[in-house]
Amino acid sequence: MTRLYGYRGWCVIGLFATVLFVVFPVTNLAVPEASPFHLSEFWVTLIGKIMCYAIVAVAMDLIWGYAGILSLGHGLFFALGGYAMGMHLMREIGSEGQYRSNLPDFMVFLDWKALPWHWWNSEHFWWAALLVVLVPGLLALVFGYFAFRSRIRGVYFSIITQALTFAAMLLFFRNETGFGGNNGFTDFKRILGFTVYTPQTRMALFAITGAALIGTLLLGRYLVTSKFGRVLEAVRDSEQRIMFCGYNTLHYKLFIWTLSAVLCGIAGALYVPQVGIINPSEMSPANSIEIAIWVAVGGRGTLIGPILGAGLVNGAKSFFTQAFPEYWLYVLGLLFILVTLFLPRGVMGLFSAPAGEKPRRWSLKKAAS
Amino acid sequence: MRARRGMTPARGARSIRALLIIVLGVLLSVAARPAAALDAALVDTLIFGESDDKPAVVDALVQSGDPKAQRLLEALSNGSVQTSGKRVLIVNGDSAIDAVSGETVSPLPADLEDVVVNNRLRLELGTAVAALKLGSLDRDARLAAAKELADGADQSMLPLVKRALEKESDAAVRRVLERIEASLDLKATDKDVRLAAVRRLGESSDASAKTLLLGLLERNAAGEYAEPDEEVRRLAQQGVRAVDSRLAWGERVGLLFAGISLGSILLLAALGLAITYGLMGVINMAHGELIMIGAYATYVVQSVFKARFPGHFDAYLVLAVPVAFIVSACVGMILERAVIRFLYGGPLETLLATWGISLTLIQGVRTLFGAQNVQVENPSFMSGGIQLMSNVVLPWNRIVIIFFALAVLAGMGLLLSRTRLGLFVRGVTQNRAMAACVGVPTRRVDTWAFGLGSGIAGLAGCALSQIGNVGPELGQSYIVDSFMVVVLGGVGQLAGTVYAAIGLGFGNKILESWSGAVLAKIAVLIFIIVFIQKRPQGLFALKGRAVDA
Repeated sequence: MTRLYGYRGWCVIGLFATVLFVVFPVTNLAVPEASPFHLSEFWVTLIGKIMCYAIVAVAMDLIWGYAGILSLGHGLFFALGGYAMGMHLMREIGSEGQYRSNLPDFMVFLDWKALPWHWWNSEHFWWAALLVVLVPGLLALVFGYFAFRSRIRGVYFSIITQALTFAAMLLFFRNETGFGGNNGFTDFKRILGFTVYTPQTRMALFAITGAALIGTLLLGRYLVTSKFGRVLEAVRDSEQRIMFCGYNTLHYKLFIWTLSAVLCGIAGALYVPQVGIINPSEMSPANSIEIAIWVAVGGRGTLIGPILGAGLVNGAKSFFTQAFPEYWLYVLGLLFILVTLFLPRGVMGLFSAPAGEKPRRWSLKKAAS
Repeated sequence: MRARRGMTPARGARSIRALLIIVLGVLLSVAARPAAALDAALVDTLIFGESDDKPAVVDALVQSGDPKAQRLLEALSNGSVQTSGKRVLIVNGDSAIDAVSGETVSPLPADLEDVVVNNRLRLELGTAVAALKLGSLDRDARLAAAKELADGADQSMLPLVKRALEKESDAAVRRVLERIEASLDLKATDKDVRLAAVRRLGESSDASAKTLLLGLLERNAAGEYAEPDEEVRRLAQQGVRAVDSRLAWGERVGLLFAGISLGSILLLAALGLAITYGLMGVINMAHGELIMIGAYATYVVQSVFKARFPGHFDAYLVLAVPVAFIVSACVGMILERAVIRFLYGGPLETLLATWGISLTLIQGVRTLFGAQNVQVENPSFMSGGIQLMSNVVLPWNRIVIIFFALAVLAGMGLLLSRTRLGLFVRGVTQNRAMAACVGVPTRRVDTWAFGLGSGIAGLAGCALSQIGNVGPELGQSYIVDSFMVVVLGGVGQLAGTVYAAIGLGFGNKILESWSGAVLAKIAVLIFIIVFIQKRPQGLFALKGRAVDA
């Protein structure tokens, strides 16, 4: 454990954990509402949401910052995990929906008489949890296997992932697919017996998300500081060379790709009960591209950077869409441009310029001949 | 005689009385001759006579074919007929016309009384007026009258319709009249008449004929067919099959055309992208927005023409094409100089930066022009279409765009193969370092080529504005398709883009006809994903040793 982070690193993590597990619950639940120290529901939900995004950002950093695979469709795995959890939550509504029927509302609306096959067993939490891990994982496994086996790399791979998430979004928008169409799942009431929208449940979900974030961070750190991580970085820097050295890069890439997808799925599953809704626009290509910008802003290849990046960008989004809604897209667009031009190593790069290395700003890489 | 619109529509059900009236009318028509003045006796009966006698008179007036009769009957159903003593006047504002002689009466006499028209007479008048309009000189009026009759046709109108058909020369009006005749004949009591009607319908290639034939084969709640005779039913079945096969051919032609049209649009959209990616390895996520800028440039030119030169509105397209090209090319070159040139060698970074540019451009256009779609009208020579068959219409705007795409392709081909710039572009694409060594100014070529690619995107936007909506999000719907064309076709050669665009256009449309638009798109995307596994470099790829970046 000690090799994961030095003394300072563990202190920061400890501080983070204390704030998450002690300060927030106390200020939200114990401190009365009138007091200026009270943390409102709004902040709890917002920070919980951002933490879910941070998990996704760390997952993205694992594949992009360390393995050099830029995926523009990672939102798909996030959304799939969310839908798996959402299915279970829809079943948990029971007969308390608008139509007072055992079937979810949208099925009654579509005049369906029974649950479709893919809803089988969704009333059990353990099955939903299994799906959260299996569905994104299997999809990533199959897609990644075929893609990496054909040595699809770089920009082509990114475009293909974008096409994949676009196709999935189109599919989920249809009512016939049985996932709520363009309305998705909403109006959740209970999870595991606890009512979803009480402060206590929210705080519990918040704490679980925080724990998941810390766990993801530690897992990622463990991986990248191991020999596995070394090979991964070699794949990022020059895949051909590491192949000639005898390593089967397919296995390494496939493993990190699938792991990343599973982490996204888990993040999605934690996201849905906190936000209360899931719909196909989570799968839109624009969302997935935003994930890349969180990582880029924070700093690729640092694991901490993406968490920072997710926090910064989503915080800015939350602020701008409330205060100056028509300027948010300008800000986001300029963020993309300026970060790629001037901050190739993100915010973390500002803190830790390695000694002796000139920051790469205006130089052009040697063009491929 | 100008036809008047807004008549009371003919109502349906008449009794056997109507048949009698037709017979009476035929007899009376022998007596009533078209004359300089209307028969005063008839007019007298119509206005002052017994209501039982009026329908016969109406028919007589119809049979006479006199335009004055039509005027009187229309005025009567309008309520603008008034009497002054024994004179029947058609009142029009301050003056009136004598119904019998046609002379103007002004000023209006003081003792004007209204004429009472009861419901029954009104019904008769409705059909009568429609029947008279069937003989009108104005083709549109005849078409409107025929369509009106179709709404409420019944057996009593059959002789009328048959007579009109004998004299009718216009194809569209004939079609409606034939349909009415056939639908009436199908209900005839005489089996041979029905057989003949079924046979006639079987030879048509209209969908409405099929509907009529299917109506015969329907079963009511008791399981009986609407058509009692076995032989007629059999013939109707055959007729349905015949019409179906003809309609299927029409659909195939329509599908072919739609595939070519979509292919031409994809070609325009993807050509610019293929050039910039092939040359510089730059995936430009803002390509869709350059298309959108071209479309908005067309909108601006159209607005200017609408405001300043309304008489020459059709010419706006001629100006819009170069304007769209230049505007998009300029925007592209600015982007290249300001942002993209610093990111060469890092395709992933370029991807992200150009995505940011696309967001900024979309929001910029939203701020300038509003978030709603804007209206771009086709010039008049591009409206309408060629009606090949009853279910196939080839719109002119799509035909023009197909030729436009071919022209752009030809222009591009010429530019790449015959001009110096084209030579440099090809050289830099094949081997940048070597080209630089022999003196090609690669940086400038990059800028020009990017401008060229963006300009073509602008042309695509101009074309798209003619067939679809123009809004800030226009580019987003074409960017994924453009990428797919580029990925499928490979880079470095125009042929790949062409084949990929046409192939995807056809594939999309054919799949659409089987399974709907959304599933077709999904299937195409999955096909491409699978295809790329087998052949990652696309259909047509540059041969040679290239080190992966």
